[in-house]
Amino acid sequence: MSVGFDYFGERFTAACMAAGTSSFADFLASWAPGLLPGAGPQAGRVAGGGGPGTGLDLPHATTIVAAGFDGGVVMAGDRRSTAGSMIAQRDIEKVFRSDDYSCVGIAGVAGVGLELVRLFQLELEHYEKLEGRSLSLEGKANRLSAFVRGNLGGAMQGLVVVPLFAGYDEDAGQGRIFSYDVAGGRYEEHKFHSIGSGSVFARGSLKKLYTDGMPADDAITVCMHALYDAADDDSATGGPDLIRRIYPVIATVTADGFRQLTEDEAGGYAQAVVDERRRSPAGPIAPLHSQPNE
Amino acid sequence: MPFYVSPEQAMKDKADYARKGIARGRNSVVLQYDEGILFVAPNPSGALHKISEIYDRIAFAAVGRYNEYENLRVAGVRYADTRGYQYDRADVTARGLANWYAQILGTIFTESNKPYEVEIVVAELGESATGDQMYRITFDGSVADEHGYVAMGGQADQVSTVLKERYTEGMPLSGAMGAALAALAGQGNGETPGVNAGQLEVAVLMRGRAHRAFRRLTGARLEELLAAAAGEQGPARDGGEGAG
Repeated sequence: MSVGFDYFGERFTAACMAAGTSSFADFLASWAPGLLPGAGPQAGRVAGGGGPGTGLDLPHATTIVAAGFDGGVVMAGDRRSTAGSMIAQRDIEKVFRSDDYSCVGIAGVAGVGLELVRLFQLELEHYEKLEGRSLSLEGKANRLSAFVRGNLGGAMQGLVVVPLFAGYDEDAGQGRIFSYDVAGGRYEEHKFHSIGSGSVFARGSLKKLYTDGMPADDAITVCMHALYDAADDDSATGGPDLIRRIYPVIATVTADGFRQLTEDEAGGYAQAVVDERRRSPAGPIAPLHSQPNE
Repeated sequence: MPFYVSPEQAMKDKADYARKGIARGRNSVVLQYDEGILFVAPNPSGALHKISEIYDRIAFAAVGRYNEYENLRVAGVRYADTRGYQYDRADVTARGLANWYAQILGTIFTESNKPYEVEIVVAELGESATGDQMYRITFDGSVADEHGYVAMGGQADQVSTVLKERYTEGMPLSGAMGAALAALAGQGNGETPGVNAGQLEVAVLMRGRAHRAFRRLTGARLEELLAAAAGEQGPARDGGEGAG
């Protein structure tokens, strides 16, 4: 793998001047594949995989939740990363702006995931600059799919990373959510989805609290409850840390674009959820019988 | 090669050829204003741009042959994105890019039969006006470090003369736009470019915008700016918010 290669060298200049792709990843692959994530010196096996409880305990990012609301979509992620049974970092960020109208969250090996996100952000921006317009939301989701598939070799060795992608579809006029498997399979999720170690608990919570067409404010509260439930039962998911003022990262994407809630706003939602749990530790209870008109 | 051509003659012929090609097109200007850097180019096409974003705080303007400067623009975006990806976004600078362009244009000028018929400006927005950088790179790979204003094109000298009279440091956007229009109107080819928004390509690098400073001014926002520039006494207009 080259380090600090020659930008004035003929090869780089020729690659830049060549007619061709609007994809940054493809451009990089065409002349310096060593710079792409997953091309590093991991050709040898990672001893015992990178998974929790195995020989090599790499930091893992955990739970991400997303839910649609009236006019957009919200994504939220807890702030904990774990290496085995240790907390590797208590204020990691796992939900990112991927461009003006989409966001991406990651679960799995943090190192690979963060690199994947960086490449994905750049891929969207690069395309936009070269083509003069953004990719469609489907196009973005498909590019991410290709990147996840590109990491399949790493995933087989234990460096598993799975993203969750959400954005505002300007043509459809609504938010959309896409989930992925390690083989790059892309699945559109309706209503809500969660990924990561606490996703099972989060999804159960989302299922009971989510209603179609709820306002943004409610959808955010639902996501915060889902993360709280995940943290409640999954040791790798962190709850809101009121002492240190570390709250989940919350992002919304609407017709007005991507917006990450400020720390104060996120803190407000976190405080509300904690207050609610103080009254009722299990959180809001869904009615046993659904309303007849629903 | 049956006949001997002296290197001086060969270079002169190439330079004349490139200058002629560039002089066929319209001139463009780039100038600083209090809140950023303004780019103005007469361009009837809304799709084939002469002004483009390269990176977070770096933009590109060109005159000459479209396919050639488009090629350079794409190369510049690839250069910037590769550098930013390998190092950090803060490590992509206009100075580095200008040197790189100079190298490319210089090599093409000396080594190929046909030089590029282009002239480009690479500008970078600083934290304040003193940190702004503008580099003008010509077809033979010469680089000039410019301050305040730059004109490109066949009649760059005349345009610069007008800009020199009209330009003042720290002028508002409307004032800068007025100076740009006056400079471009004095073009030697006899016609006065229409001051309607459809004939102009206008963009700014705006200080205070998070992440990407580049935005195009089109439609109502451009009309408003043109009106303010015509009035000249209006307060500084900022470009407003929204997706570029």
